Amino acid sequence: MNLDFAQLVPSIPYILYGIWVTLQFVAVSLVLGFIWGTVLSLFKIGKIKILRWFADAYTSVFRGTPLILQMLLIYYAVPQLTGVDIGAFSAGVLTFALNSAAYISEIIRAGINAVDKGQKEAAMALGVPYRTMMLKIILPQAFKNILPALMNEFITLTKESAIVSVIGALDIMRRAQIVGASNYRFFEPLLLAGLVYYLLVMMLTLAGRVMERRLAKSD
Amino acid sequence: MIDVQGLRKSFGSNEVLKGISTSIKKGEVIAVIGPSGSGKSTFLRCLNLLETHDEGSILVEGKDINDMELHLRKKIGMVFQHFNLFPHLTVLENVTFAPQQVLKISKSEAEREALDLLKTVGLSDKANSYPSNLSGGQKQRVAIARALAMKPEVMLFDEPTSALDPEMVKEVLQVMKNLVKLGMTMVIVTHEMGFAKEVADRVLFMDDGKLVEDQEPAIFFENPSTDRAKAFLEKVL
Repeated sequence: MNLDFAQLVPSIPYILYGIWVTLQFVAVSLVLGFIWGTVLSLFKIGKIKILRWFADAYTSVFRGTPLILQMLLIYYAVPQLTGVDIGAFSAGVLTFALNSAAYISEIIRAGINAVDKGQKEAAMALGVPYRTMMLKIILPQAFKNILPALMNEFITLTKESAIVSVIGALDIMRRAQIVGASNYRFFEPLLLAGLVYYLLVMMLTLAGRVMERRLAKSD
Repeated sequence: MIDVQGLRKSFGSNEVLKGISTSIKKGEVIAVIGPSGSGKSTFLRCLNLLETHDEGSILVEGKDINDMELHLRKKIGMVFQHFNLFPHLTVLENVTFAPQQVLKISKSEAEREALDLLKTVGLSDKANSYPSNLSGGQKQRVAIARALAMKPEVMLFDEPTSALDPEMVKEVLQVMKNLVKLGMTMVIVTHEMGFAKEVADRVLFMDDGKLVEDQEPAIFFENPSTDRAKAFLEKVL
């Protein structure tokens, strides 16, 4: 047992810079995944059969296959077909957004269905158009109910983002591995990476609690 | 104002409306009574397209309601048994929401009108409360104010006091009586026989999806012409 953190010190800024990369990655995937997931959930509860079928099939495929397979397909296979190389970061973001949208759409669909039917009827009886009703009456209430489940999905996304290191995006994980390999010492950089991920997740958890409390003001 | 002809409606194989015909004149107050499952609520919900009828026709001022969805809903206000207030909005926001979103009037104008309405239902002091902090009776009064904010020509009430604790029924009925005095056209599905007798111009008695009696309340309650109505009144009075 000989841990030597002193040797790690010169590489710490290099690894910590990965936080920025990971955060960018997670934030973009999250926003895109959330928007696309909301759209998919509206397809699922909508009246148009073909859209409903599409959203169900989509969810089934993205939930039914490994994330890493989806990522490798997008990163290696898409350029093979189209000749367009979209880069590791974009490929990672695309994969995570498409994948988490499948999960998020299920969460939101459940949330919308859990909103009392009377809410929709009251809005309809007041002549409120569908779009306004969804945006201002149904979704805000659904969102409140699903916040814990949604935070869970975001936390998973943050942690799972480490697999973009496989296609060479320079996130925290990848940087820790590079430092480990160049020093022939893996324990210290991986421990640091682990600590950073843990702190990121804790921050997300706290942010979720604050939001939950704020949304609870109407209770 | 509203003409209903041969209205039929089924849910699956269960026919809940078996040919209802009646008409509602401007300024009339109509009480719809009858046993549970007789189709009262479905009838009411057909009048503002919350349910679509299978056969027959409903004309509002001569126009078929199927051709006038949003326009119809602006004309007809509805109050539900379970209030259905928007829980994430304050009382004031509940009342101003539709006027702002649907009638596109300004926020300040909507709030001014909403505060007036809240005053008439006796809830000025609750404008900034959330529905969860109100009693059932208060919620229903807000729901009435919310419907009135759209300046409807007809108000539909679907068992407005059935979900209330007994001591709160009176405050809601009082607000409704004030509306009657203002000449509002109202269709009220209710189990409050005393109220129906007092304020209604006509009583529609429904049973098993049919309109069994259409009568002035004095006659209906004193001397109903059908055995079915007699049996019903014996149970509830």
